[in-house]
Amino acid sequence: MSAATSGTDAADTAAVRRAIASTARPPRPGPLSAALTFGWRGMLKVKHVPEQLLDVTVTPVMFLLMFTYLFGGAIAGSTSAYLDYTLPGLLVMSVLFTTVYAGISLNTDLTKGVVDRFRSLPIWRPAPLLGSLLGDSVRYAIAGTVVIVVGVVLGYRPDAGVAGALAALAMVVVFSFGLSWVFCVLGLLLRSPNAVMNAGFMGIFPLTFLSNVFVDPATLPGPLQAFVEVNPISILATACRSLMDGTPDAVAILVSLAVAAGLAAVFLPLTTRLYRSR
Amino acid sequence: MTLHAPLAIEATGLVKTYGETTAVAGIDLAVPAGVVYGVLGPNGAGKTTTIRMLATLIRPDSGSARVLGHDVVTEADAVREQVSLTGQLASVDEELTGRENLVLLGRLLGLRRVAARERADELLEAFGISAAAGKLVKHYSGGMRRRLDIAASIVVTPRLMFLDEPTTGLDPRSRNHVWEIARALVAEGTTILLCTQYLEEADQLADGIAVIDRGRVIAEGTPGQLKASVGTGALHVRLLDPDRRPEAAALLERAVGSAVLEPDPAALSAQCTDSARAALGVAELARAGIGIADFSLDQPSLDEVFLALTGHAAEEPPTATLEEQTS
Repeated sequence: MSAATSGTDAADTAAVRRAIASTARPPRPGPLSAALTFGWRGMLKVKHVPEQLLDVTVTPVMFLLMFTYLFGGAIAGSTSAYLDYTLPGLLVMSVLFTTVYAGISLNTDLTKGVVDRFRSLPIWRPAPLLGSLLGDSVRYAIAGTVVIVVGVVLGYRPDAGVAGALAALAMVVVFSFGLSWVFCVLGLLLRSPNAVMNAGFMGIFPLTFLSNVFVDPATLPGPLQAFVEVNPISILATACRSLMDGTPDAVAILVSLAVAAGLAAVFLPLTTRLYRSR
Repeated sequence: MTLHAPLAIEATGLVKTYGETTAVAGIDLAVPAGVVYGVLGPNGAGKTTTIRMLATLIRPDSGSARVLGHDVVTEADAVREQVSLTGQLASVDEELTGRENLVLLGRLLGLRRVAARERADELLEAFGISAAAGKLVKHYSGGMRRRLDIAASIVVTPRLMFLDEPTTGLDPRSRNHVWEIARALVAEGTTILLCTQYLEEADQLADGIAVIDRGRVIAEGTPGQLKASVGTGALHVRLLDPDRRPEAAALLERAVGSAVLEPDPAALSAQCTDSARAALGVAELARAGIGIADFSLDQPSLDEVFLALTGHAAEEPPTATLEEQTS
């Protein structure tokens, strides 16, 4: 507290009384306005705690460098060939890792009592959840952009150009929006932000590695290959790859969108119900 | 408290259980509008759970409550429009600045962007937080944080405010500031439900008090009535000459009514029902020429009130505490 710089480090009772007396209650905000306000709150957090963004972008960049230069030659014959294969997958991985933070930040709000403040306001009930996921989507887009830009710096050139890259990015962000609700449920059920982080990564980490993000599943043993092929993360990576290559794989794209919609259909209502009853 | 004032809170038979634990076991409350009403009790007594029901954060398992004329279950939004919460009940966001917190709440309450900013600045100024307006709340001092907390709950002036443990952990100066703000709110017509563990705080602010223990209201009345039921506390005297203690004890027995020898060979104390008698006791000692090193009259603590009202100490059963934290 900088008492030295301001003479008023305490409340000014007369001013407090004026402030108390001076308000008329405005009409309630509409649902959209409330949700956008929560989105703004999410943006402010990115501004204040950029480390959060760093966490989720540094890891993929590390993986990108490591896999490309360490294993790329061995896996794909040359580093540049491997980069072509793996970059869309790393895009998927980095953004999906970011979704865990949706659950972590919801749990933080819950344990700090901020959720109770929001629940005590006369606003559209799902506004805080939708709004913060809107904010998160911006974060997803930033994380994805970082990966693509680093890839381009390393020599990656999507055949479908900027449009292809943007389409893939949009694909991942939409999928992440659906997946986020899973972590929101975790965030509402578990005790601490740390527990959410552990549980979240325990799920997303193996799922990402047991996919076609890093290697072509053709070389895998049968049962594993079967799993990798039905893993939604593989399908999403295939969809992104096809979009960036300029040869859109309609099936992969539709299946990815359907999975995202399915996740949202199950976990969104569950989230709002848990949120309401906490 | 006038009998015919409209009631701000009217609760009958509120019950809330969590698994095996009964947090609130049937609470009735009648709080008149325009006063500070204290809910006094130790941790785990059911205070927080009761207030969370009244503030529409959780639904009662049975019983009903009307807040400012609206049912807390069926008309929850109408209640939410007119109340606000502070402290542990509803926190400000530590990862935003003080100003951002107030603008955020202004927007969520329906103020337009410019109006929300102006209101935030007005409140920051009035609460003496302007200098730290752009700092993250997690870097605030305890007193400043508490003021922001209260400022956040009057972005739009509520008709009823739940003030939860407003001065726990504050130094005396910050505590007085918080009390001043509470008085200002009441002077402007807001009703305050004050949740506290301190009898002194209830005494300072509240017009009426309900004492809660094990999920029930065990006593109700004005602070004066409550204190009268336990006496004003004890007179403590420390003598210059320990040898004269028996003589002093006899004098106090006569003047005050009781005397207890303390482990310190120069000290003794007397339970008393009113401060005039305590003063008389001190005067008697002086007249007898017994030198006094120092003396004090203490207020009955919540523990003593509890002991007097319930016959058991105001301790917190561990299971109930856990429940209050997680509910």
